[in-house]
Amino acid sequence: MLSAWTRKVDKRVLASLACIVLLLLGGSVYSRNFLSLAYLLQQLQVASFLGIVATGTMIVILLGHIDLSVPWVVTLGGMMATAAGGWGRIGGAVAIPFAFVCGLGMGLVNGIGVAYLRIPSMIFTLGMNAIAQGLMVVHTSGFAPQERATPAMHFLSVDRSILGIPNAVWMWVLTGGLASLLLSRTAFGRRVYAIGNSERAAYLSRANTKLVIMTCFGISGACSGLAGMLLAGYSTKAYQAMGDPYLMPAIAAVVIGGTSILGGRGTYYGTVTGIIVVTLLQSILSIVQVPEAGRQVIYGAVILAMLLTYGREEKSSV
Amino acid sequence: MIEPSAQPKATTAPSPPRRPDWTYHFAAQRGAWIALLIFAAMFTLFACEHPAGFSHNVINTAANKGALLALVAMAQTFPVLTSGLDLSVGMVFVLTNCVASTLVSGSPWRVAVGVSAVLGTGLACGALNGAVVVWGRLQPIIATLATGSLFYGAALWLRPSPGGTVDDGLAEALTGSLPGGIPCSIVLLAALVFFVWLPYRHSVLGRAAYAVGSSRQAAFMSGLPVARAQFATYVLSGFFSAVGGLLLTGLTLSGEANAMLGGSYNLSSVAAVVVGGTSLFGGSGGAVGSIFGAFVLRTIGDLLFVLDLDPLWQPLFLGVVLLFSVGLSSLRLLRIKNRLDIYR
Repeated sequence: MLSAWTRKVDKRVLASLACIVLLLLGGSVYSRNFLSLAYLLQQLQVASFLGIVATGTMIVILLGHIDLSVPWVVTLGGMMATAAGGWGRIGGAVAIPFAFVCGLGMGLVNGIGVAYLRIPSMIFTLGMNAIAQGLMVVHTSGFAPQERATPAMHFLSVDRSILGIPNAVWMWVLTGGLASLLLSRTAFGRRVYAIGNSERAAYLSRANTKLVIMTCFGISGACSGLAGMLLAGYSTKAYQAMGDPYLMPAIAAVVIGGTSILGGRGTYYGTVTGIIVVTLLQSILSIVQVPEAGRQVIYGAVILAMLLTYGREEKSSV
Repeated sequence: MIEPSAQPKATTAPSPPRRPDWTYHFAAQRGAWIALLIFAAMFTLFACEHPAGFSHNVINTAANKGALLALVAMAQTFPVLTSGLDLSVGMVFVLTNCVASTLVSGSPWRVAVGVSAVLGTGLACGALNGAVVVWGRLQPIIATLATGSLFYGAALWLRPSPGGTVDDGLAEALTGSLPGGIPCSIVLLAALVFFVWLPYRHSVLGRAAYAVGSSRQAAFMSGLPVARAQFATYVLSGFFSAVGGLLLTGLTLSGEANAMLGGSYNLSSVAAVVVGGTSLFGGSGGAVGSIFGAFVLRTIGDLLFVLDLDPLWQPLFLGVVLLFSVGLSSLRLLRIKNRLDIYR
């Protein structure tokens, strides 16, 4: 019974669960508040922004691609939401869907470039990142757009309406739940894994691989836009480069959670553990009074050590 | 047993007329040539439109700015040839900048020691990357992201706040221009191409790197030193980033642990490599193309400046040009006969 269960659960996910326990213990040694419910809930709230970004990142990584346009699509989502909030009476109502749609649009363009034009995702999404940045630079300086978050955005990311759990966490649960259902219970999800393993084989089994890839990039863009909107609500305003600290941690979280960066293998609950590991690590590093230099070194070294212990590729002679 | 006297079959089709050798060489270097042509066209336009004209100063400034990115792009080329990637080049660049601003000053002897320390730092960073990727069996993207964080931490530890100095003579020698008006940075690039890149390209390790990029299995089966070749690409990548860091110190005359700078060089270096005709899937292209790719990217910004485009539109325009130039590569889809070749 137990062995069947352990066989089903990925070793990598177990390892990252062990990391969570270690980090919690390590943190509690340093400060007794670390294990308090209030602190952990706050960590979960911070994690939910990364969580929503990483959901999109994971789906794209499962395909064997990567989305480097995250930083400025997040910023674009935040700025578009706040700008829409400034359109008077309708503005407040459309702000949230507008961020989602803008992110989705950017993501779909990424998808067209990668799936139909067959440009390597690394370079195409990089270009889209530059374009999103360019658009936002023009947007913020040509005229003075509204940059304050609407009350609804604030409500979604800061307030705690149900069970005292921050609404941002519920947003993450919703996004993550949908993504996890999509990946594990639908034909679409099967195709995502199939493409990650071999797009050629998926194509030969009559999967519309191009459409699947484009949709996945769309989902990733939409997640980024949504996260940007929530972030703007959290910090009460949208600002330049607000998405910069999300690209690398999102990729790290997905990989630590056991998803192969080559695609085709990984589970959503693994990604959840990865997100929590990264968030706890960042939080411990910020409360321990180590200068920024030391924090960077520890952050890099810990991630490297975790990857070396369980994130390695299978050994092959070739 | 075939009779030795057996004649070859008379029905053998006559072989098609042999193409002259240079067409093959040209095809192999096509990306680099295209990048060179784009650069030449853009630079001519830039120089004609520039209020100061084709002066030494204009050329020297443009050369220095381009050479910085060119060095980092060359660094990026090595791992990309083996279908790897080094996302720590920008951070090695920043770290060596901080090392140079700390050590490269004082007596000539100390300057020499300092320069070797800078280059040694680059080699050590590259060796760490290589070891983690080759023997740690980690994916290059994620492994070099993590090591990049390490290098940035080290840079920040050396230089918590911007500052430091560098030997003036060395800075002048790196960024000035020769009596004929030839920028020293271009001479440096040429020297690196002739004394490092070309010997490497024709060595066993260099050819093995190309082979690994085309097909790892085939390279292994042919008895090439796969692991050593991959390791060498990361070490060389660290070395070239360190030269870039040294040049940056010569230009700014100080050191700064600037994460934004490192990040932007990481990404621009990938873009320059692609614009320079090296395939991200590995196995084709070269460092010379990356130099031209880097100069193309840098000239775009300059061009916008002299064409009096609103500076606010610059980032957008840069993105559009980048996407357009990589989008051109999808024209190859029109030539693919077997639809399966589209899918990997």
